[in-house]
Amino acid sequence: MTGPDMTKRGTAGPAAAGPAVAGPMLEVSDLHVQIAARHGTVRAVDGVSLEVAGGEALGLVGESGSGKSMTLRAILGVLPPEARITSGQIVLDGVDLVPLSNSDLNHIRGPKMSMVFQEPMSALNPVMRVGHQIAEGPRVHMGYSRSKAAERALELMRRVGIPDPERRFRAYPHEFSGGMRQRVMIAIALSCDPEIILCDEPTTALDVTIQDQILRLLARLCADSGVSLIFVTHDLPVVAQLCQRVAVMYGGQLVETGDVREVLLDPRHPYTLGLVRSAPDVEYVRNSLVAIPGSPPSLVTPPSGCRFHPRCEFAEEDCKVQPTPLRELPGGSRSRATACLHYERCQDAVAADRVGP
Amino acid sequence: MTFVFRRLLMLIPVAIGVTIVVFFMIHLIPGDPARTVLGIHATPQRIAILHRQWGLDRPLVSQYWLFMDRLMHGNLGQSLYYGVPAAGLILSRLPPTLWLICYAAVLAVAVSVPLAMIAATRKDAVRDHVVRAVPLVGLGMPPFWVGILLVYALAIHVHAFPVSGYGTGFGGHLHSMFLPALTVAIALAPVVIRSLRASMLNVLGAEYITTAKSKGVPGPRLFLRHVLRNAVIPAVTVLGINIGFLIGGTVIIEFIFAIPGIGQLMINSIFQRDFPVVQGVTLVFGVLVVLVNLLADLSYAALDPRVRFDR
Repeated sequence: MTGPDMTKRGTAGPAAAGPAVAGPMLEVSDLHVQIAARHGTVRAVDGVSLEVAGGEALGLVGESGSGKSMTLRAILGVLPPEARITSGQIVLDGVDLVPLSNSDLNHIRGPKMSMVFQEPMSALNPVMRVGHQIAEGPRVHMGYSRSKAAERALELMRRVGIPDPERRFRAYPHEFSGGMRQRVMIAIALSCDPEIILCDEPTTALDVTIQDQILRLLARLCADSGVSLIFVTHDLPVVAQLCQRVAVMYGGQLVETGDVREVLLDPRHPYTLGLVRSAPDVEYVRNSLVAIPGSPPSLVTPPSGCRFHPRCEFAEEDCKVQPTPLRELPGGSRSRATACLHYERCQDAVAADRVGP
Repeated sequence: MTFVFRRLLMLIPVAIGVTIVVFFMIHLIPGDPARTVLGIHATPQRIAILHRQWGLDRPLVSQYWLFMDRLMHGNLGQSLYYGVPAAGLILSRLPPTLWLICYAAVLAVAVSVPLAMIAATRKDAVRDHVVRAVPLVGLGMPPFWVGILLVYALAIHVHAFPVSGYGTGFGGHLHSMFLPALTVAIALAPVVIRSLRASMLNVLGAEYITTAKSKGVPGPRLFLRHVLRNAVIPAVTVLGINIGFLIGGTVIIEFIFAIPGIGQLMINSIFQRDFPVVQGVTLVFGVLVVLVNLLADLSYAALDPRVRFDR
């Protein structure tokens, strides 16, 4: 199980192209999102800070309910009505998006950032022709005429690998297969040449073989056009295949960030360690598959101190009281950081796993 | 196309059912229709002549066959009161009724779409509750009462509209028929508003609306192209069913507003014991209900591409 490749699956690999612009293109700082629910206020996103450089793909991983999707929706400004951003900044190309009105955001969504959703069937308008859905962005934002937008849609359909685009243009989403629908979603996301595409588990609802095709497509498109990605998933091999950097979320907070290979092969947070130990497809050296005990924390009344401490095998008394912000690791690569107060123990555990049984 | 074809095939049994009900109407009248028409002092000979004239002395099946045979030739019998063919009489009175139904449907939709939008875009806010509650008053009051109130307020006091009549020319119809159409629309709108509001809420929560927002589609376009286009699909069926119910209700509205439609014709014919005309009007009402439902189903198929392929 030891090989140069970190996954058992395809080898699309991260795009080799480095950051296209100096400094982050998207910078999220101290983002808080709260959801008003019947049983109290859910702190879905609780102080998340992220950076994405131009042309970079960032993986955002964590279990269901860790706040990954809410973070994406907050960036795009499409939170559900009961959720709202309570504080923080989302700076895209030097402009803070948080104070912008919905109509101001409409000029940014599409030409600057766009999104690919998890379920392409429900994310496509069932009564609108696929071609028109792709052409809508260019019609609205680029001032294209109907025919010019249609040409643009056909070109995009060709680019994302939809066969026979002239005929498929007039089809409806229900006439497409799952993989083809997701290609349509990607064509929509690309339609106005955005700088960043937010992907919310775009391969989770697809067959494994189709997943790989879609990932290769995304990797190729990013390399070709230099578009940045934030890729939300709970699928670690997918992150390893597509992203250069990864941020691990737990209970609405980031617990570890850094280079994909460093984080997945040599985790410095017990939660990340639990993730790689429990993921059969990740090329992490382990004795056997181990599940993380316990269940995700309540986001209405989160645990004190480190939110992972009730499930953590290394937890100490101070973990229960001290707040645990991300701290840069000495000697790590760019933005290699962990929230763990006792990350050395994690390091020892990884070393022990390497020695093997 | 298969959906349309199947839907048209389904018309055949429905049409046969309508004719059977209409045919038996004459037998549902308590006692002997001939005696009812001729009065209690009629001689047995005259009654026997009338029986033979109407074919009432033959077996039921043969009577129905005769009825269908005449119907196929567009013959609904002679009007007893006017002495002219009932079919021609009904046909000449049909346009005002169709005007009333269409006008009312247009008014109801024109009122319902913005109100449903106002309610759905701020769920559980004050304006939502107002939009949901106030139209129910219209639903609760009988249409003839609403009609009288409207005449009192807008025709007698304000003189904005005529008290009654059909008017002449397109503009005249539009003006004269406004109050009766509004009366019908007030009964129709609450149901349509509720159904539209519910389906809009459903659509607003759908992921494809988030997709449209993620494309930066501006508000009006988002509403028309994505929300409304999807939300009207279930509402069309509700509208169709309720127009079907209201077709019977137009009888009383035509009577109140003195509109020379088939509803008024029916009431007068009932008073005159003009059985062939009553039978004919009932048949036309039945056909209208069937056609409205057909139209609703066909619009459903036209609006929802999935219907045409999934069956």
